[in-house]
Amino acid sequence: MSTAQRPVFGVPVRRAPSRGRRLLTRPSTPAFVGVLVALVVFGAQAPQLVGTGGLASLLDAAALIGIGAVAVTLLLVAGQFDVSIGVLSVASSVTAGLLVSEAGWGVWPALAASLVGALAVGVVNGLLVVLTGLPSFLVTLATFLVLQGGTLVVAQSVAGTSLVDRVEGAAGWPSAEALFGSGVALGGGRFRISILWWLAAVVLAGWLLRRTRFGNAIYALGGSRRAAREMGVPTASTTVALYLLTATAAWLLGTLALVRQGGVPVAPEFGDEIEYLVVAVIGGCLLGGGYGSAVGAAAGALLYGTVRTGIDIAGWESYSFQVVLGVLLVVALLANGVARRRLTAVPRS
Amino acid sequence: MTGPERVGPERVGPVEGQEPLPFPESTAGLPPVAGAPVLELRGVTVRYGSVPALDRVSLRLVPGTVTCLLGENGAGKSTVVQVVSGVRRHDEGELLVDGRAVRFRRPRQARARGIATIWQDLAVIPLMTVWRNFWLGDEPTRGIWPFRRIDLAVAREGAARALARVGLPDLNVNQPAAALQPGQRHSLAVARAMHFGAKVLVVDEPAAPLTVAQHALVLRTVVSARDAGLGVLFVTSTPGYAHLVGDRFVLLAGGRVAADLTREDVDVDGLTRLISGGEALATLTAELRRSS
Repeated sequence: MSTAQRPVFGVPVRRAPSRGRRLLTRPSTPAFVGVLVALVVFGAQAPQLVGTGGLASLLDAAALIGIGAVAVTLLLVAGQFDVSIGVLSVASSVTAGLLVSEAGWGVWPALAASLVGALAVGVVNGLLVVLTGLPSFLVTLATFLVLQGGTLVVAQSVAGTSLVDRVEGAAGWPSAEALFGSGVALGGGRFRISILWWLAAVVLAGWLLRRTRFGNAIYALGGSRRAAREMGVPTASTTVALYLLTATAAWLLGTLALVRQGGVPVAPEFGDEIEYLVVAVIGGCLLGGGYGSAVGAAAGALLYGTVRTGIDIAGWESYSFQVVLGVLLVVALLANGVARRRLTAVPRS
Repeated sequence: MTGPERVGPERVGPVEGQEPLPFPESTAGLPPVAGAPVLELRGVTVRYGSVPALDRVSLRLVPGTVTCLLGENGAGKSTVVQVVSGVRRHDEGELLVDGRAVRFRRPRQARARGIATIWQDLAVIPLMTVWRNFWLGDEPTRGIWPFRRIDLAVAREGAARALARVGLPDLNVNQPAAALQPGQRHSLAVARAMHFGAKVLVVDEPAAPLTVAQHALVLRTVVSARDAGLGVLFVTSTPGYAHLVGDRFVLLAGGRVAADLTREDVDVDGLTRLISGGEALATLTAELRRSS
C-alpha cells in the first residue's frame, strides 16, 4: 500500500505537544499543585502537619475520602453519578453489625453477607439506570431514600437502638481487625491500614481505566454514548459493572468504619457523596464525562486531607474547612473548563 | 471491475492522480460473480414499539457498485444503517450476507462479516486518543482474565500503520482525536472501517450541511471503495451528489421503499424532484383541485 500524499484538508500533521505541555494538561496537575500550596500554607502555621503525626492523620483523612472519590471518578468518567454511595456504606456496616450483634454471626460471614447486599444494591442501581435511561442522579436518589429510611427502620425494629455495637470479640474479630482496623505506629503518628486500601483502590482504578477494554469503554461511554453504541462498546454491561464497583467501594468504606470503631452509629445522612464528587472534580474530572483519572482522584483526596488536617492543627474555626473546600471546587471547575475547551477546540480547516 | 455496465454522462470514474484508498481487494475472496449481491435485505421490518420504522424494505448491494439510499429525515435511512451494521436487530424479514441469512447481535459480528460503516458522526470521540478511537470496541489484548489488558504496543503500532495507509503517515496516535482536522477525522473513520477487511462499505453522510471539500472527501471514499470491488451503500439526502456516484437509487419514504431506480431510469432532476417531495406536491395539487 502506498503512503503517497493525499490532501487531508488543512495542515496534515500538527507538532506533538512538548512533554512539559502534556504534563500541564493532565487532569491531576492542578490538584497536585494545590497539595503543595496547602502544605506550604498550613506548614507555616502549624509545623506539626509535616511531622509524622500530622502526616498520619492527613493520609487517614485522604484515604477514607479517597476510596469514595476514586469510585465516583470512574462513574463520572462514564458520565454517571451515584447519590447513594455514602448511605450504602452506612447501610452495609449496619447490616454486618446487626448480623454479628443480634444474630450472633461470625464477623466474616456477616461481612460477606453485607457485601452481597451492597452488590445487590449496585445491580439494582445499574439496571435502573440502563433500563430507564434516566439521569443517574435521579435514579440513585431513589435508592438513596430507600436505603436511608430502610436502614433506620430495620435498625430500630431489630435492635431498638441507634448505635450498633458489641461487634468486638465476635468470631473472626482479630483477623478482621488486622485487615481493616490495624495500624503501624511510626514516630508520633499511627498510620492506619486504610491508607493501603486507598492505594490499592487507586492502583486498581488506574489500571482499569488506562489499560483495559473496560476502561476504554468507560471513557467512550462518557465521551459519546452514541459513538460507543455505534462501535459496539457494551454500554449496558459496562454501566452495571461500574455500579458494582461503586457498591464494593461503599462496602469497603462501611467495613473500615465498622471495624475501626467496633460498631457504627445508625446515621445514614446525605453529604459524603457530595464530598466524593467535590474531590473527584478537584482531581480533574469533567462533570460532563469522558475525562478524568485515578491519579487525579488521589491528588484531590490528598488535597482534601491536607486542608482538613491543616485547619485542624492550625486551630482554625472548623467550619472554615467548608469555605476552603467550596473555593477549591470553584477553582477546579474553572480550571477544568479551561482544560475542556482546550481539549475539544476543533481546529477549523 | 466486475460491476454492471455503467451509463450516464456525469459518472465519476476513478479519480486521476489519486492513490486509491487501501480497500484490500483480497478480502473480497474470489472474484465475485457479476450481479450476485454481497448483501441483501429481503422484506426487512423494524418496529419501535408498534410503529414500524422500516416496513418490508428490500435492497441489494452488488460488488463494485454504489447503491444510494435516499429519503427525507425520518424516512428510515438511519435504521437501515443500524440493521446492516449490527447496532439494531430486525424484527422480520431476512438479512443476507453472501447469500446466507444472518442476524447480527452486535456491531462486532457485522464487522467480522466484512461490513464496515462510516457513521454520520464518524463515531470518533474527541477526548480519547487517536489509537483508542481506532480500536474502540475491538481492542487487541494480551494476558488472561482477570489480568487481560490492552496490548499497548500492538494497538499503537497497528493504528499508526492503518492511518499511514490512508495518507496520514506521521500522525501522532497519542494525541486526542479533538486535535485532528476534520479531514483527518474522516480518514481515521475510513482507516478503522477498513481495518478488519471489508467487502461492504456503508457510508452515512452527515445530515448537517457540508463544505464542498468535505463532500469531495466523502465522495472520494465512496468511489475508491467501489473501484476496489466493494459493495457500497451511500446514505445521503443530497440527490445531486448521489447521482454523481450512484448506480442504483433506493428511495425511502415512511419506512418503505418508495422507488428503486437505476441510472437509466432517472436523471439528476428527476431524482431531485422525487426526493424533495415532488410526488407529494403533485398529490396535494390534485387533492386541492378535486375539493375546489
